[in-house]
Amino acid sequence: MKDKSSADAALHIEDLYKSYGPKLVLENVDLSTSPGTFCSVVGPSGCGKSTLFRMVLGEETPTRGLIHIEGERVTGPGTDRGIVYQRYSLYPHLTVLDNVALGRNLRTPLRERLRDRKVIRDEAMTYLKRVGLDQHAAKYPHELSGGMQQRVAIAQALITQPRLLMMDEPFGALDPETRESMQLFILELWEEYRMTIFFVTHDMEEAVYLGNRVLVLSQHYIDDRGPGVQRGSRFVADYELPSAVQSTKVKNSPAFLELVQEIRRVGFSPDQLRHVAEFNLRHPDSFQTLTGDERRS
Amino acid sequence: MKARLLALLPFALAIAVYLVASHLRLAENPQDKILPGLGQMGEAVQRMAFAPDPQSGDYVLWKDTWASLKRIGIGVGTAAVLALLAGLNMGLRPWLKTVFGDFLTFLSMVPPLAILPILFISLGVDELAKVTLIFLGVFPVMARDMLLTVEKVPREQVTKAITLGASRWDVIYRIVMPQVIPRLVDNVRLALGAAWLFLIAAEAIAATEGLGYRIFLVRRYLSMDVILPYVAWIVVLGFVFDWSLRTFIKRWYGWYLVTK
Repeated sequence: MKDKSSADAALHIEDLYKSYGPKLVLENVDLSTSPGTFCSVVGPSGCGKSTLFRMVLGEETPTRGLIHIEGERVTGPGTDRGIVYQRYSLYPHLTVLDNVALGRNLRTPLRERLRDRKVIRDEAMTYLKRVGLDQHAAKYPHELSGGMQQRVAIAQALITQPRLLMMDEPFGALDPETRESMQLFILELWEEYRMTIFFVTHDMEEAVYLGNRVLVLSQHYIDDRGPGVQRGSRFVADYELPSAVQSTKVKNSPAFLELVQEIRRVGFSPDQLRHVAEFNLRHPDSFQTLTGDERRS
Repeated sequence: MKARLLALLPFALAIAVYLVASHLRLAENPQDKILPGLGQMGEAVQRMAFAPDPQSGDYVLWKDTWASLKRIGIGVGTAAVLALLAGLNMGLRPWLKTVFGDFLTFLSMVPPLAILPILFISLGVDELAKVTLIFLGVFPVMARDMLLTVEKVPREQVTKAITLGASRWDVIYRIVMPQVIPRLVDNVRLALGAAWLFLIAAEAIAATEGLGYRIFLVRRYLSMDVILPYVAWIVVLGFVFDWSLRTFIKRWYGWYLVTK
């Protein structure tokens, strides 16, 4: 647990709290990520994954605590982040090509945009080719299958070369086969571009297969404050995994299955609670700040 | 094809009933004006549309049509543009909705015909009062519907656009506006029916030309031979507008018909 300065980190979250009225959702969340990490965040439904996602996005403000991206404080949505949602990533009124080119078009002033129309078009086409959909450039999003739509959404986010690519259950609405091929595909892209990825999912296998760092967000833990205290979710485990792209067959290997089982134990079961001081936070980037109440020395 | 023919059946039936009734009445009294036959109506159309008026030299039907369409066009057009702007800005700038939301609801509850006298008194009996009546009659409903439509655009799309580099202005006019325009066109289609009602009401009370004016003018002479073709003409105009707007959506907003 070393203390990393927030300026070096691709994403740095410290002492983050979020409550809605009396309900405490996130409590004392700490996270620091080196650039180029594929961070998957997994947790039971209702643990506040999406709340955390929206705060990193800048759509919601933390009740307490700060979020920094490459040393810059997050105050709202910004161009340093690219997003892929489960749905609604594509604009229904634009063709596939225009959807991908949108990031370029929005950033180019009108006069240059008219002058460089062909350049922008070609660039969008390059990205579309990379996701294997150049044949569908002239179609509208509703004419594509769910998997194809997500590919376009990824190309749309990548064209602006964001420092942090954020994905919220991007493959959640896909059938298992498409889902697996999309998982392989996003790993290939990650290997190619090496961007930092913040990937939120409730699927433990997906989190373990994709991330080279897996963080478990959960409300199931105990601390020195005793029973009867309302506790918000925090990271209860943090694993470092190999970053090489592996075939999806690895999902059946004993080591993989064992890790999934362990995540289920530490994050998803309300009857096996661990103490905050005993979390598995052995990832080299991991750090944890505990308040005096949570950990009485 | 068979379905088409079946759809024509009620029309044929209505026309047949009218012609029989007209024939019976005319057989009893050839001077009867209440149910004119096709010949009488043909003569009236010839007189109104294809021959200059002996006094003014105008082709009356076309002059009336032009006057009425201008009023409807300006009234509904202004309402559509302002409803679009109001919906977009109130939907995407919460403080504007806070300020104007309740006022808009209040405005939509005012029965436009009830304030027609106020309009004539304050704006005079010229074009402005008539256009304003049409505007007030259709704007609040359109604006409220546009507001709801804008609010239905997922918030994710707005956030995503900002991360792609969109400014506040871009979000409103380049991301959301193109998505709600087909809905606006649908709103215009629905509003046209109400607009005709307000137009004819205003023209009946104070005008010197217009389709509604003519109908109420010749009513004094029981000139059903003029009134019936005028009504039919209004129906044809309404149908043509509706069809063109629908075709416009189909041609330019194909995605809207599939995804709405």
